[in-house]
Parts: sequence; C-alpha cells; structure tokens
Amino acid sequence: MSNGMADGDDNQMTGAEIVVRALRDNGVEHVFGYPGGAVLPIYDELFQQEEVEHILVRHEQGAGHAAEGYARSTGKTGVMLVTSGPGATNAVTPLQDALMDSIPLVCITGQVPTTLIGSDAFQECDTVGITRPCTKHNWLVKDVNELAATIHEAFHVASTGRPGPVVVDIPKDIQFATGTYVSPQTAPRTSYQPKMQGDLERIKEAVKLMAGAKRPVLYTGGGVINSGTEACHLLRELVELTGFPITSTLMGLGAYPASGDNWLGMLGMHGSYEANLAMHGCDVMVCLGARFDDRITGRLDAFSPNSRKIHVDIDPSSINKNVRADIPIIGDIGRVLEDMVRLWRATVKADKKAIAPWWKEIDSWRARDSFAYRPSDDVIMPQYAVQRLHALTKDRDVYITTEVGQHQMWAAQHFGFEEPNRWMTSGGLGTMGYGLPAALGVQIAHPDALVIDIAGDASVLMTIQEMSAAVQHNAPIKIFILNNQYMGMVRQWQQLLHGNRLSHSYTEALPDFVKLAEAYGGHGIRCEKPGDLDDAINEMIEVKKPVIFDCRVANLANCFPMIPSGKAHNEMLLPDEATDEVVATAIDAKGRELV
Amino acid sequence: MNAQHLQPTGSAYFISKETEFMESRTLSVLVDNEPGVLARVIGLFSGRGYNIDSLTVSETEHEKHLSRITIATRGTPHVLEQIRHQLERIVPVHRVVDLSVVAKERGQDRALERELALVKVQGKGEDRVEALRLADAFRASVIDANTEHFIFEITGRVSKIEQFIAIMKPLGLVEVCRTGVAAMNRGAEGM
Repeated sequence: MSNGMADGDDNQMTGAEIVVRALRDNGVEHVFGYPGGAVLPIYDELFQQEEVEHILVRHEQGAGHAAEGYARSTGKTGVMLVTSGPGATNAVTPLQDALMDSIPLVCITGQVPTTLIGSDAFQECDTVGITRPCTKHNWLVKDVNELAATIHEAFHVASTGRPGPVVVDIPKDIQFATGTYVSPQTAPRTSYQPKMQGDLERIKEAVKLMAGAKRPVLYTGGGVINSGTEACHLLRELVELTGFPITSTLMGLGAYPASGDNWLGMLGMHGSYEANLAMHGCDVMVCLGARFDDRITGRLDAFSPNSRKIHVDIDPSSINKNVRADIPIIGDIGRVLEDMVRLWRATVKADKKAIAPWWKEIDSWRARDSFAYRPSDDVIMPQYAVQRLHALTKDRDVYITTEVGQHQMWAAQHFGFEEPNRWMTSGGLGTMGYGLPAALGVQIAHPDALVIDIAGDASVLMTIQEMSAAVQHNAPIKIFILNNQYMGMVRQWQQLLHGNRLSHSYTEALPDFVKLAEAYGGHGIRCEKPGDLDDAINEMIEVKKPVIFDCRVANLANCFPMIPSGKAHNEMLLPDEATDEVVATAIDAKGRELV
Repeated sequence: MNAQHLQPTGSAYFISKETEFMESRTLSVLVDNEPGVLARVIGLFSGRGYNIDSLTVSETEHEKHLSRITIATRGTPHVLEQIRHQLERIVPVHRVVDLSVVAKERGQDRALERELALVKVQGKGEDRVEALRLADAFRASVIDANTEHFIFEITGRVSKIEQFIAIMKPLGLVEVCRTGVAAMNRGAEGM
C-alpha cells in the first residue's frame, strides 16, 4: 500500500482514475470483469495502465466465480468489475455464493448517472437494493470526493472479520467528475470492529474441558482456512498435541492433511461413517470455524446428544444459531488456536492413552470403509476416476475446483487434500456452474499450477462459455467432466423421494464435449474405458491449453454414504446397504419436505 | 445402522421444535444515519422471518450522524438472541441494546415506553360530549376541532393508546396515526 501521496499535487483526478488508483493501492493485480455503458470510463482508465490486469470473462457470473476462485486460492480479496443493470443482476449469484462461503470479494458496478437514478433509465437497476441481502455491505457513491475512501473501506470490510462480498456502485457521472484521492487509511469506521482475540478465560475453560475428554472430536470448517495458513499450522499442532481425531466440513478440507493419522474424512450428509459416528458419540466437540449447517448436523434434535460443545467463530451470530454451544468463543480462529496450543502445552500433561479406547472404536468404524464402491473393468466408476485423478496429480502443484452435485461429493471423498487453499467449491449456496470460472480465477493467480475443475455434465454447461475466456487468457485449465448424462444428484433424490420418477433429470441432447473444446480453441479428450483412463489423464496434464475431458462414467452410480434428510448421524445409509428398496423408503414423509 | 429399521423422525431443518415461549422485547439500535440503513434493518427482519411489532427511527445525535432505531419484537429467547447478533453484524450498526434485559439487570420492571397517537373522531350530540369527556380522563388534548370532529393527541404506553382507541371506536372514530414506540431505560446511565 502506498502512503503519503494523499496530500501531494497529484491527488486531483477523475472518479475513474480514483477507482484504478484505489485498486492498485489495495494491492489488486487482477480484476475479472465485463464492460458496458456505465463502466466505460473505468475501462478507459484500465486501458491506459499496466499495473492492474483485467481478465475479460463471457458473463458477469463468470467474473464473480473467477474472483471467488482467485480469492480462495490466494487468501487475497477477489475483485470483479461489471456494468449497471444486467451486469449487476448477473453478479448476484456469485455475490450470494461468496456471502454463504465467506469469500472476500469486492464488486464494482457501474450505475446510470446520478441525475437519471430513479428514472427507469436504460440499464438501470436498484443495485444497492438488489444486492443488499447478498452482500456483507454495499455503497452507492454519490460524491466523487468520497469515492476513494469508500473503495478503501470496501476492501477493509470484505477482507476483515468474517470475510464476505461487498458492492461499490458508481454512477457514470461520478466516474467522469474530478475529485480528491486519499490513500488507504487505517481508521475504520467505529461501528465495524470485528473481535479478533478470544476471551482468555473461556479458552482456559475450553482447554480444561478438552483435557478431560474421553471421546473428543475436532470439527473444523472454512473459517480455519479463511484465518490463514498460520491457523492451519496451529490446527495441525493442536491435533499433534492432543491426539484428537479431526473431521472437517466441505469448506474446511485441506486445513488438516487427508494423509494425517488423525483424519476421519469429511463429515455430514455424504461424509464418512467414522466422522459422523465420532460426531454422534463424542463427549467433547470442538467446533473451529464451522457453522453447524444443516448438511452437517442432519436431524438437529438427535445431533451429538451427549457432548459438550466448544464453538469458536469470528461471527457471534453463528454461535447458538443452530446448535447451542456450552463454551462459545468469539474470535479469529488463528488467534484462539494460538492461545489454545499455548495453554495446552503449559497446563496439560499429555496422556493420549486416555482416549485410546475411543480411537479403537473409531478404527472399527473406519474398517467399514464407507467410501467403498463396487469396482468395474467395463465402465469407469466415477469414484475410480477421482481416485486416479488424485493419484496421477498429487505430486504436482494442483488446485481443484468443482461444480455442484454428485461429482462434487466424490471429489471431496476421494481426492485427498494436503494443504489449505487448494480446494475451491460452492458449499453454502451450491451453485452449479461455479467450478469452471473458479478454475479460471485460480489459474490466473497461479499460472504455472495444474488447475482442474472436477465437473458434472449438467453443471458445466451452466458456465461453459468461460472456456472462451480461458483460451483468450492462456489459462490452461482442465475441465474433468464425470459425464453420466444425468443431473446425478437430482436423480439420486428422485430415487430417494419420488418413486424413481426421473422428472427432467436426464439430459437428452448433450453436446459433443470433445468437439466443443475444439470449437473454443481448447483440447478435447474422451475416455470410456477404465483401462484407458491413466493415459488419458496424463495427456490432459501434458496439454498446455484448456482441456475438456469427457470422462464417461457409470450412468447410474449414486453417492454414498448418505444421511437421508431428517435422519441423525448414526442413521447413515451405507453403500453396501443401499439396495433399491432401501433407497426408495429411506426418507419418510416429513423428511421429504426438506432439500 | 440400517436406515430402514428406524422410526420416522423429524426434519433436518428443525431447530429442535421451538417449545420455548414467545417473549416481547424492545431493542434500541444505534446506527450511522446513512442512506439505506433502515432498509438493512428491515430487510434483516423480513429476510430471516423475524417479527416487528413496532419500529421508530429518527436522528438523535446530529453532529455524529447517529440515529436511534427502536424495535418492538417478539420471539423465543433463542430467536431474540439471533436477532440481536444479526443486527450487530450490520456494518453501520454501533450498538444493540435489549432494553427489557437491561431493565431486569437494574432490578426494574421494564423499560420506559411511550407512544404518541393522533385520533380523529367525528360526531354530534351526546357522542361528541362523551368523546371529549373520555379524552380528558385519558389526558389527551384536542389539537384540532370544528363542530363535527375532534383530533386528539394522546401520549402514553401502548396499552393506554390501544384502550383509548378502542373506547373511541363507537363514538365515531375516523382515523388513527401512531408513531410507534419510543423507549429508554430508567436511571442515569445511557444505552
């Protein structure tokens, strides 16, 4: 960040110049966007400089997800730039996505000139009104002299506390007007003061409870990753010190390595048997940066009935929202973990034997091998495809994004993540079409890395146009489609809930993905036999341009294990028990109302 | 662990069947007086399905651009806790004080609450005399009148206003305008 320029002679400039200068001063190197009438002055400024690189997408939704992928894989704030009206409304999906997954995102929108606001002008919409519920905060800038400070504040709000998306709406006349630029100040508004340091007495209490636990479990989430790499190191240290088993939400994968001894796998609706039973049977649950989402808890009144719960979160409204915490600690995960680790070292005599019987029990659950599937020599099982993908890429600098559905769950189950910020997926909102543009964003941030979007054939078509953006920007992303010709998760639910009536979940006229890749100027690969898979994956890795990999997998494979809606953690449906009859009756009338 | 042997259960979305009782609370919310701040607060209530019984807002500290929003709401203790935390999350919100809780902490029955209402009554003869007599009993003052109507101004607790309006109904009530509740705690300390 530059400083001291604020009072120089060069602080008078147009609003558009202020925008670009403010981006630079907030450390922005890449902006994802799409031009239009109401942002042309900003685009004109971008044209005349080289510090901030603009990545042209093909749809504003793509810009948002690309910025999310960029943010998630770097720990920095993602930036998107779109025009008024449809530009802004197209940005709504990624904004809500970033809100639910706590991704720092600054979205700059053009707006019609202030004199026309409210007149139903061409490409006018009430952007701050529309985006108010899907942002952490938003601003309409009506005075060019407030523009710089507003953008700085936007970056501050997006990236601090519980991170999230913000919108700065800038009318076109403000972009043309001349005003004063001020540098980023470290004087945030008084009403916004996220609490970082956890209450030490509470942390002491928590450590004491943990030290006495016989059946403990660590349940971690995306908050650990948001807190930063230091928090992930501390988490690993805490696991090492305590010997506790650890599970994580979808968003938290990679904070603790999948190859670690204490790893139980992901928990929740499609989580592992051992993770869910450990949650159900524990006596002390330590929740770090997770929010007891309904995909995690299953039936709430039967959720982990005999445990005392420690809940650490930076957002006070997450605490006691779904599940009552016995020891709530509000603060940044990294800071709280620092205190926890220090206190544990100072006060607890390490006796991992006390939890040996608990581990024995967990090992018996592990032996059930709940992610198992029936292998096949004739067709590629989707789980097998993910396993091979992992095996052939794990020694590389690899980043994985996904779309939403069965393939996403298989990726989470079978691709072992060793490091944080390597796994980009749409958790809270469940946005089909997230993965391809997110991969673009990741690749822009890490040009030499191997970036793979594990996709489904239905999801990928929602944002397939960003292939064109990937080709334009030489982003050699790999779109690995587990193609079963169905909206697999929709079909799975129709089998579970609706008497196997597969209403509109079969895609009759899928494109030829190989030709499609070639049409975009990328490279297409199709693979139909398990025996050909390794060679095909290696080919994909070697090609230095965007690849669409059409991996034809078993059409009717379903995603297990599963906690059916309205059931508890200890009522999992395991793959070897999931006969057609069981699947058809697994969810009762009450559970059917749920999603 | 075979799912087919299980009894029908509740729902994944149940917040364990709220068995707690609904309580009424009055919240004071100190906010930056900037465009959209009221929409943020109201949007929070509608978006998350919370109740608003009454809402009043006005700038209270002009130099600091601070407004004070008073919200009367209802909910279970669990929901009320969520409302407070969700309000605190809004960026321009400085403080949220549950006046009812503060009153209890200070050993008081409840916070001071006042509302103002304008009540228009039309009538002749006996009804008109009766309306005026009752207004006097309620310490309502006449702020406009001709030979066929009165407009009364009445201030007091919500229950008093409601009682007054109910009494005026058969005497020719035409229309009512109410301000909503203004509230603060007793004692020397501020919010």
